[in-house]
Amino acid sequence: MKSLPTSSDAPLRDLTHLGRPKSVSARTWRERLIVGTLAVAATFSILVTTTIVIVLARETIGFFEFPDVSLVEFFTGLEWNPLLGAEKHFGIWPLISGTLLVTVIAASFALPVGLISAIYLSEYASPRVRATLKPALEILAGIPTVVYGFFALTVITPLLQKANPFLETFGSADAPIAFGNYNAMAAGLATGIMILPIVCSLSEDALRAVPRSLRDGAFALGGTRFDVSVKVVLPAALSGIVAAFLLAVSRAVGETMIVALAAGGIAQITANPTAEVQTMTAYMVQIFLGDAPATGVEYKSSYAVAATLFVMTFILTMIGQWVLRRFREEYD
Amino acid sequence: MQSEPTTPPKPAPTQSSFGLGHRAEVPHALSSGPGQAATPMQMAIAVRGFSSWYGDFQALKSLELDIPARHVTAFIGPSGCGKSTFLRWINRMNDTIPSARAEGTLDLHGQNLLEKSLDVVDLRRRVGMVFQKPNPFPKSIYDNVAFGPRLHKTYSRAELDELVEQSLRQASIWNEVKDRLHASALSLSGGQQQRLCIARAIAVGPEVLLMDEPCSALDPKSTLAIEELIESLADRYTIVIVTHNMQQAARVSDETAFFFEGRLIESGKTEMIFTKPRNKQTEDYVTGRFG
Amino acid sequence: MAKSRSIASRVLKDRTFLWACLIATNVAIVVLAVLLMSIFWQGWDTLSWKFVTSFASRKPSEAGILAPLMGSVWVCTICGLVALPLGVGTAIYLEEFAKRTWFTKIVQTNIMNLAGVPSIVYGILGLTAFARMFGVFGTNVDDAITLGNEEGFFFLRLPFGSSVLAGGLTLMLVILPVVIISTQEALRAVPSSLRSGALALGATPWQTVWGITLPAAIPGIMTGAILSMSRAIGESAPLLVLGGLLLVFNTPTNLMSDFAILPLQIYNWAGRPQDEFHAIAASAIIIQLCVLLLFNGIAVFIRQKLQKPLQ
Repeated sequence: MKSLPTSSDAPLRDLTHLGRPKSVSARTWRERLIVGTLAVAATFSILVTTTIVIVLARETIGFFEFPDVSLVEFFTGLEWNPLLGAEKHFGIWPLISGTLLVTVIAASFALPVGLISAIYLSEYASPRVRATLKPALEILAGIPTVVYGFFALTVITPLLQKANPFLETFGSADAPIAFGNYNAMAAGLATGIMILPIVCSLSEDALRAVPRSLRDGAFALGGTRFDVSVKVVLPAALSGIVAAFLLAVSRAVGETMIVALAAGGIAQITANPTAEVQTMTAYMVQIFLGDAPATGVEYKSSYAVAATLFVMTFILTMIGQWVLRRFREEYD
Repeated sequence: MQSEPTTPPKPAPTQSSFGLGHRAEVPHALSSGPGQAATPMQMAIAVRGFSSWYGDFQALKSLELDIPARHVTAFIGPSGCGKSTFLRWINRMNDTIPSARAEGTLDLHGQNLLEKSLDVVDLRRRVGMVFQKPNPFPKSIYDNVAFGPRLHKTYSRAELDELVEQSLRQASIWNEVKDRLHASALSLSGGQQQRLCIARAIAVGPEVLLMDEPCSALDPKSTLAIEELIESLADRYTIVIVTHNMQQAARVSDETAFFFEGRLIESGKTEMIFTKPRNKQTEDYVTGRFG
Repeated sequence: MAKSRSIASRVLKDRTFLWACLIATNVAIVVLAVLLMSIFWQGWDTLSWKFVTSFASRKPSEAGILAPLMGSVWVCTICGLVALPLGVGTAIYLEEFAKRTWFTKIVQTNIMNLAGVPSIVYGILGLTAFARMFGVFGTNVDDAITLGNEEGFFFLRLPFGSSVLAGGLTLMLVILPVVIISTQEALRAVPSSLRSGALALGATPWQTVWGITLPAAIPGIMTGAILSMSRAIGESAPLLVLGGLLLVFNTPTNLMSDFAILPLQIYNWAGRPQDEFHAIAASAIIIQLCVLLLFNGIAVFIRQKLQKPLQ
């Protein structure tokens, strides 16, 4: 039943005597040393988070120990006036309002444009179109944010100001509506451009992860490309898209250089996009660039703002992670 | 997959022991060529009361089996019957699955492979494995074969050259690749890649070769080449092959074990399993009535 | 009583959506074009070799970017030298060695969170941990513990203060999660059959990683590393917190040197009201973009040329 060896062009020799065996104990110890080192490296990230939390918490507590600061005012106060005037006010809401205004402008530009671009790239675009669009998005993603700030200040704002003669007809003498040299709109749009590549590429990843068979099935039922993309593929990729949105929004919330250059420095509660606003990050820049003494209440207040910012972005990231885990569609 | 609830290990039913029972050495008058008629078949692997689990799912139930040295043993059975799982216990590849665990005895030449203190790295040097899909490393043909030996020993250039050549010769692929040893292994055809993987496994000097459906991703011609290769290797290595293809089992193996739903239903000489199975399920399976 | 929808209206919807797509996708290209053109328009005239090789000045016509350019080089080199081994090591541990315990799950979630932390918060961490070292060495610069000669190449001071070393380490914190995540993705893309193949030959887990997995993942890891380095070059907020806008008239000579960096110099000039400063800010942006283009070019090159097909 069994045939003889077929490869008989040379006699087969036993080769187990060749070579000098390597030390097993050296191997075992090297293995332990390396894996131990790698494990220490992995623990470093935990150390980073812990230190952030401790530093922010310690300094924030120090801030609330000042006599003219109260926890209640910080979380409910509608006035943020730490530097000027006889009476200092530390109510966080003007800064949150400024941050939200810029973020909402950025998101209402970047989310629709980014999502539609992602659908186009994933479902419609020919390889040739992809080959021009993807690098454009990658370049946009790589441009430093300070450049976007400069762009907002020197290009977007002057363009927006061209609409001033028209806008001024809506305003009154007390509340003029016109774009100043610093305004929330320009900063928001520049931030929107900055997060556009994030929205687009992460949404596209989510769309492309939807299996081909689902599309084939929908096409076989007589769906147009629009039906297939928007009614079948988009819902299937929804968790990834929502996660992409949340990540982009958290980037916008934490963006610093654009708002520091283009949004201005007046902490106020407003929904007027032509107005000058101060975001949480811009306030921190103002403090760290200024010459407020490191032990003063103004200086410490930046840590309380940083802690608030950290908590906000942390919550956004956690929700994003949760959405991905909870609603992830498993395809094989 | 099976939906049968987990049952506690119970005494093995008689039909699931190999051939004539649990003795380590079983005289096989009909086994090999005429010259070997009088010598008893030496057993390489002995399995007693072997069960294994993935988490709460029991994949293997109280196996009793002997695998003869320097012969080809085929594991057959429908998908999900546990034959591949069992194969992956013999070189402890199941260690890479965190939820996998096993109980019972699995001896290779008298050494229990389930011991905690076992050096799995050394075990895998002694027990080579060939996978379902050819998995050459993205390196040259030479480096693929030399990778294993270099892990365990220090070789001179000449020694390594000889080892690579001999391994490729044993795997019947030397003539096809001798002129391009430093070309990428990924440039080979699927069948050549699989023979390269066999050469790679041979190069570390194993005693046992495990093959997990080695031909399932190959065309018929390449399959034939691998089958011939298996036959040529059988007098040097203990070969255990998992296959879906019953003709293949019949063609290449000396012994056959039939698995079904995590149990070893019947095992024995291949001719017996295919011509005179004692068990109804085995008969149904080998005659193609299910599976 | 189902009413069949007219095919014409469906096709119309399809068409309309396609137009929306074309507009949306062109936004990115148009914005990029306008951005680049406006910067070249503003900055081209003031760009010269003298601009690249001069130090800062009160007069825009005499100002140059030598100090911030060299500062960026120093800071990013330190950042890369620390972040890449640490990040790649972490990724290897998480992907190849760690068992799925609660601890690894926490580490993994934590890394995703760190990636979402605003960079200015890392600046605060860098300021406290590296520049001031939590105040354990005192808060006065004169009390600092020094090692080596201040003028020499080897000079260490505890705490680090606003030095290139503190700056590089702070940037390292920013890009570390990016390096880890991109390396993890590159490792995950290596087929597990290759790992099984190596393990089955008797390779130890580390031999498998070093001999098989890592070489196969190198193109992906390199691409991720270069992209994170280009992020580091452009990052400015954390270093603004660390050192403010330093006016520096020297290139760094050792790890304790003061430094300026290119993006902060751009910020400084862009924040001034005069158009002359805007012009040199634009010139500096052109230099910055050239450096980035170089980095991205290398990344594209690696992705296309070195990435061997893996099955």
